[in-house]
Amino acid sequence: MLFLFFVLCFVSLALGSVHIDAGALLRFLGKVLTGKVSIESQEELIIFSVRLPRILFAGVVGAVLSLGGVVFQALLRNPLADPYILGISSGSALGAIIGIVSGAGSFYLGIPLLAFCGALITVFLLFIVAGGAKGALTDNTLLLIGVVINAFFSAAILFFLSIVDSLELHSITFWLMGDLSRASLSEIGVAAFCLIVGFILLYGQARKLNLIVQGEETALHLGVDLERTKPWLLVLTSLIISVVVSLAGIIGFIGIIVPHMMRLIFGSDHRLLLPTSALFGASFLVLADTVARVILTPAELPVGVITALCGAPYFVFLLKRKGL
Amino acid sequence: MPVIRAQKINFSYAEKAVIEEVSFVVDREQMTAIIGPNGSGKTTLLKLINGSLLPDSGEMHVGEKNTFRYARKEIARKVAIVPQETPAVFPFFVEEIVLMGRFPHLGNYRFENKEDYKIVQEAMEKTDTLDFARRRFNELSAGERQRVLIARALAQKPEVLLLDESTAFLDLKHQLRFLTLLKQLNRDDGLAIVFVTHDINLAAQNADKIILLYCGKIYAIGNPAEVISARNMKEVYEVDVLVDAHPQNASPRMTLLT
Repeated sequence: MLFLFFVLCFVSLALGSVHIDAGALLRFLGKVLTGKVSIESQEELIIFSVRLPRILFAGVVGAVLSLGGVVFQALLRNPLADPYILGISSGSALGAIIGIVSGAGSFYLGIPLLAFCGALITVFLLFIVAGGAKGALTDNTLLLIGVVINAFFSAAILFFLSIVDSLELHSITFWLMGDLSRASLSEIGVAAFCLIVGFILLYGQARKLNLIVQGEETALHLGVDLERTKPWLLVLTSLIISVVVSLAGIIGFIGIIVPHMMRLIFGSDHRLLLPTSALFGASFLVLADTVARVILTPAELPVGVITALCGAPYFVFLLKRKGL
Repeated sequence: MPVIRAQKINFSYAEKAVIEEVSFVVDREQMTAIIGPNGSGKTTLLKLINGSLLPDSGEMHVGEKNTFRYARKEIARKVAIVPQETPAVFPFFVEEIVLMGRFPHLGNYRFENKEDYKIVQEAMEKTDTLDFARRRFNELSAGERQRVLIARALAQKPEVLLLDESTAFLDLKHQLRFLTLLKQLNRDDGLAIVFVTHDINLAAQNADKIILLYCGKIYAIGNPAEVISARNMKEVYEVDVLVDAHPQNASPRMTLLT
């Protein structure tokens, strides 16, 4: 799995509007690994300051969104849940946009915080609307609610984008389809930090996720402190998702495809599912982003287009056979 | 020293009283059956014992402590419950399901060690589930699933085992085997067993003590001969029955009259 990830990264480094041959790339990587970071040619500059950060970022975003999918699917006991389908990504994007429009973005951490609030509000909305009847959560009602929330927030995002003529907002597709090319190195660092800390904390809850999947009643009987565990998982997951969304926009469907494929291969134990999903999610988004960069050279597609083109049919396929 | 002591327990969902003024004790070497019509509060009573519900008034003691003083993991090491059915949305292996019983004994970042696997192995031997350890839980028959859930409860290494209609899905052979297992656990390991059942003859033949619930109150409590009487059955279940002695061991036997 790790190997797959590195091979993909390597291929992705080589491909792009400027083609770099594998030998040159290997030599350059060797140089970097031995500690000599001197950039001598234009190609090396492209690798080091354009492609490498972007690939890292794609990896981080893919991993976070897949983890988000795993956790939400477990909490809602529904294999079709994911941060995008449930509207959590758009809620968080809306939060970020409100931050920019209102000027709150000029405060330190203003935008990520508002993105986080957007994500949390969406989660609460989901639980309030779908709550009441306990059985409703396992049902497809929840997905319907998510779709509605998603449509509403997307409309709100478009509304804000049309009334404001700000430079930062000029690209609508950035928010609606996701874009991995905008994040600065330090922002990538923040996202990577969130991923690592988030993963370690989530991993400690893996066994509890296994039990929660067995039904809340069962989890309670076997000793899971649900009143504390559930909010903690929701907040933690919303937090890492919102950081990623505020930097990369909305990228859909990864959270569905990745955990499902991993479940087919490795089974449902979350102690395996969390790390493999993170790794595979990272690989998947690196691949999708590479395709997005290469397919229309020299122009680029938003990466969300690729993930949605693969993900939407997959979603329908899953919905159809539901059996799992 | 009884392992469960309930004193004047009251409990209601919203405004509706479900359990009223219920008092009883369960000893370590006892098999206790809870019987009663639908909606008489049997399952609720089990949940009050394992602390997933707390009484509105009255005291429920498990071991030395009141249930509300227990942390969830702590009480899960004392009391295990076998539910009627579990939803199986995600495919888990049978062995993984049984291993979950070790959860209350493990820390967040600790993996199961040899000891845990040994306990799981034993639990699966006792319940005759080793044959399908590597099969997926959701592919099993209802009876097989029930046995797996019992194995999971045994893996918790509890002092009290609660069973909610566990024999309902079992065929005759497995029902008998299951009751033999319960008696063994009860006698050899000193496990206190409380089981809810609709099968009155099964309760009469196997329990040391029967609690007959009616509308949330204890209508009768005592040994099978005291509780299973034609009069009690008539008043609680509104049916006419004939009660005579079981030919093998003289425990009360009930026959429905039509």
